[in-house]
Amino acid sequence: MNIFIQTLTRDLKMALRNPSSFLNPLLFFVIAISLFPLAISPEAHTLSNIAPGIIWVTCMLAVLLSLNALFHYDYDNGVLEQMVISHHPLPLLLLAKITAHWLLTGLPIVLLSPVLGAALFLDSESIGVLMLTLLLATPSLSLIGAIGASLIVGIKNSGMLLSLLILPLYTPILIFASSAVSQAQFGLSISAQLYLLASILILSLMGSPFVSALALKTSLE
Amino acid sequence: MSELIVNKISCQRGYNNLFSELSFSLTSGDILKISGANGSGKTSLLKILAGLSSAECGSVSYNQNKAGSSKYQQDIFYLGHLPALSPELRCQENLSFLSQLQGDDVTDKVKDTLIDMGLKGYENEYAANLSAGQKRRVVLASLLINQAPIWLLDEPFTALDSDGVVILEEQINKHSNGGGLCVLTTHQECNLPNMQILSL
Repeated sequence: MNIFIQTLTRDLKMALRNPSSFLNPLLFFVIAISLFPLAISPEAHTLSNIAPGIIWVTCMLAVLLSLNALFHYDYDNGVLEQMVISHHPLPLLLLAKITAHWLLTGLPIVLLSPVLGAALFLDSESIGVLMLTLLLATPSLSLIGAIGASLIVGIKNSGMLLSLLILPLYTPILIFASSAVSQAQFGLSISAQLYLLASILILSLMGSPFVSALALKTSLE
Repeated sequence: MSELIVNKISCQRGYNNLFSELSFSLTSGDILKISGANGSGKTSLLKILAGLSSAECGSVSYNQNKAGSSKYQQDIFYLGHLPALSPELRCQENLSFLSQLQGDDVTDKVKDTLIDMGLKGYENEYAANLSAGQKRRVVLASLLINQAPIWLLDEPFTALDSDGVVILEEQINKHSNGGGLCVLTTHQECNLPNMQILSL
């Protein structure tokens, strides 16, 4: 467990010393969302109707933007090689890296979402549901994204390949999360969507570190 | 006596058969230099011994523990071509993390070991600001900390100055005299008296 904390703090320390690595996707998230009122309509009714979809699609793209950096730098400088040959369980080391990724990308998105939700005229109850769906599902985005990132590590200019691999896997999360926020706007029950998002999180938490470890070992051979 | 056994391993990269049915064994105190032309499979052999890649067939074991198993991995130190340092971290932080990956918590030894490797005054320097030779010294410092019984060193003398080469040779000889094993590849002449040579 000590090595989990060491790897997590190492990744956080590195990110804080090179803040552009995690600030760029967050800036993209904020700027992309603020473009929609300019392009579609500044009218409250229109914006509040499309707000759940806009925020969720942009959130996924922002996470996707940040995934390339998850293993790329450690691969380039040889630290990933040392992690693979270490006697510590590789899934545990990867889980620490994925946790750091979520703390630097998913969590700030959750914290920014009330401001952006209010800017798109979401009511306070819907903003609460939006935050809840983001809190439940952004860890899944990091976990599922790690599988794609480990498969393409070592392949140059693989940004498009990562999108092709990962976006289809993100689709169920997008459907359930944005429909939960839309239903909350009409005062309907959202428990089914929340349970489904929670089950996706548990499944990805149990599977992703192991699948990513296998994919990394294969990529490094 | 501890024994590293390599039993009939074969390696193929693309359409090239690098080596086939290669067998040898090393016991405590042995130093083995793998020699061969560029592309003959020296690095591939070291990666197989390190558990980083698998052979087409055959097996590698140390004290009955197979390569890739947790116990085997605990007994090896592998130095590849890459520096294994993160540019955003200081020398001490890099060395401390590398050592924890390879073994126990040895934070208290980190500073002294860096000084032993001739890096006095650079303990808090970011790895990004170090020269290639200094980076090599930081990684080699983790050899001195962890004392894994099997050292697998791929071109360890690359980028080191003459003092660095002497320090490393001394450490390899010391490791061998203390009962450790060392497998290395190098194109340089080195002063290692007990060294055996395997040509690929």
